[in-house]
Amino acid sequence: MEETKSSSKPVVVVDDVHVTYEVYGTGKKARSAGAKLAKQARMREVRAVKGVSFVVYEGETVGIVGSNGSGKSSLMRAIAGLFPATKGAVFTLGRATMLGVGAALLPNLSGEKNIMLGGLAMGYEKKELAEATASIVDFSGLKEFIDLPMRTYSQGMSARLRFSIAASKKHDILIIDEALAVGDRQFRLKAEEKIRQMRQEAGAVLLVSHNMKSIQDTCNRVIWLEKGELVMDGKPKEVCDAFIAFMEKGEDD
Amino acid sequence: MNLSDFAKSNGLKIIGTRPSFFEYLKQVWAGRDFAFTMSLYASESANARTRLGRWWLILTPSLQALAYGLVFGLILGSLRPENFIPFLITGVFLFSFFSGSFSSGAKSITSSSGLLKTVSFPRILLPLSAVLREFINFLPQLGLLLLVMLIFRQELTWDWLYLIPITLLMFLFSTGLAMISARLTVQLKDLGKLIPFVTRFMFYTSGIFFEVERVFSSYPEVLAVALLNPVHAFISLARGALINDLSMNTSLWIIASLWSVGTFLFGVLFFWRAEARYGRD
Repeated sequence: MEETKSSSKPVVVVDDVHVTYEVYGTGKKARSAGAKLAKQARMREVRAVKGVSFVVYEGETVGIVGSNGSGKSSLMRAIAGLFPATKGAVFTLGRATMLGVGAALLPNLSGEKNIMLGGLAMGYEKKELAEATASIVDFSGLKEFIDLPMRTYSQGMSARLRFSIAASKKHDILIIDEALAVGDRQFRLKAEEKIRQMRQEAGAVLLVSHNMKSIQDTCNRVIWLEKGELVMDGKPKEVCDAFIAFMEKGEDD
Repeated sequence: MNLSDFAKSNGLKIIGTRPSFFEYLKQVWAGRDFAFTMSLYASESANARTRLGRWWLILTPSLQALAYGLVFGLILGSLRPENFIPFLITGVFLFSFFSGSFSSGAKSITSSSGLLKTVSFPRILLPLSAVLREFINFLPQLGLLLLVMLIFRQELTWDWLYLIPITLLMFLFSTGLAMISARLTVQLKDLGKLIPFVTRFMFYTSGIFFEVERVFSSYPEVLAVALLNPVHAFISLARGALINDLSMNTSLWIIASLWSVGTFLFGVLFFWRAEARYGRD
């Protein structure tokens, strides 16, 4: 358990947030030929988040746990402003950013050009980025490969470059969705250290992970979501223990 | 005090709502470097693995022009326009910019779900960047086009400079169309399937390899509609600028300008209205 610098100043307020997706139906079993035709254009609603509320204060690192499909990522996207809440509202002080630029990168281009592209996607100014490039390359430890197209990189190497680009910028509120499993052990330690450092600089950090150890190592509060609803919100050990007990019970059934 | 009031009284701002139009334009301006770099690199990346690389940017439309030239040159016979090769190449090259912009613009949101899920930026940068990429690809074709004109003994005149406003108008029109079709394909995926047919139809009606005035001369109503077609207007103006025997018709300038400015302005507004919706599926 790490020491915290939490204050009473709110930086994220999640007020009764609902996230609903509209899906065109191919999700149901066809019962007969007639039913098959009828379902062709049927629209289904998937309610990923159903009325979640909480407040994150300055300096907090909040872990988000829950089984697959519990609405964690949908909630994070709502907080980052990527997919707005269908009902309810999210308020932030400054901008919440997801740690991840992978989707902006082009495998056919060199690592260096991808730093340019990923950096601009993260909201860097061109000049600022030119100054930061050297330290990004440095942190990734890919100096000799930086002129090669990214498609020639191993999975671990690409992950290192992606992390280095995303982690190079200061963020008001940082959302990390399963990003800690990057590269080899040596780089992973470096990445964890970097995240700790970013936490000091950011207003708050939200960390989504299935790794209970890394959650307990880095967070000072944990929120547990299940089926789109908030189940528990409290001290890391208590919530993680309850969550693990719930998961094990599920396995026995 | 409820949570919303608590947030507001502490200076927090609501997020995930559509920004005001003015605010949106400011964000677009701030994202211009990202959009431009994305276009430039995507263009570079597209042919990076072929041996001829970026030569394909001019090889593809040249081969197209060759195929159409052989086929339609024979079929049309006496209806074949004069200066057939310069006439055809101008049509095929300009049309390939239009059709490329239309199809990549329409796909620009639906094909970027990964980006939409992780990075926040004004989404209009995606159709804009798609058209910009097509425009970057079009520049070498433009160079080749001028070269073909010289080879086929068209005199180099000041009129060639009219190509600048013509391509600019075409860029505006294509961007507007890309924004409109990008939003429509998000809200109704089925429309994506129709785009190739629309493009095909435009190809055969915009006078790429024939003169609409001659071919449609016995159907005055059809001709009147065909002359309102903006793609025909761009191509016809470009021919007027480049080919010595042809001239630029003032009414075509008016048609081209109205379509371009109108489509662009409508496109920006239309796309912005659904800003909070992109990527939600």
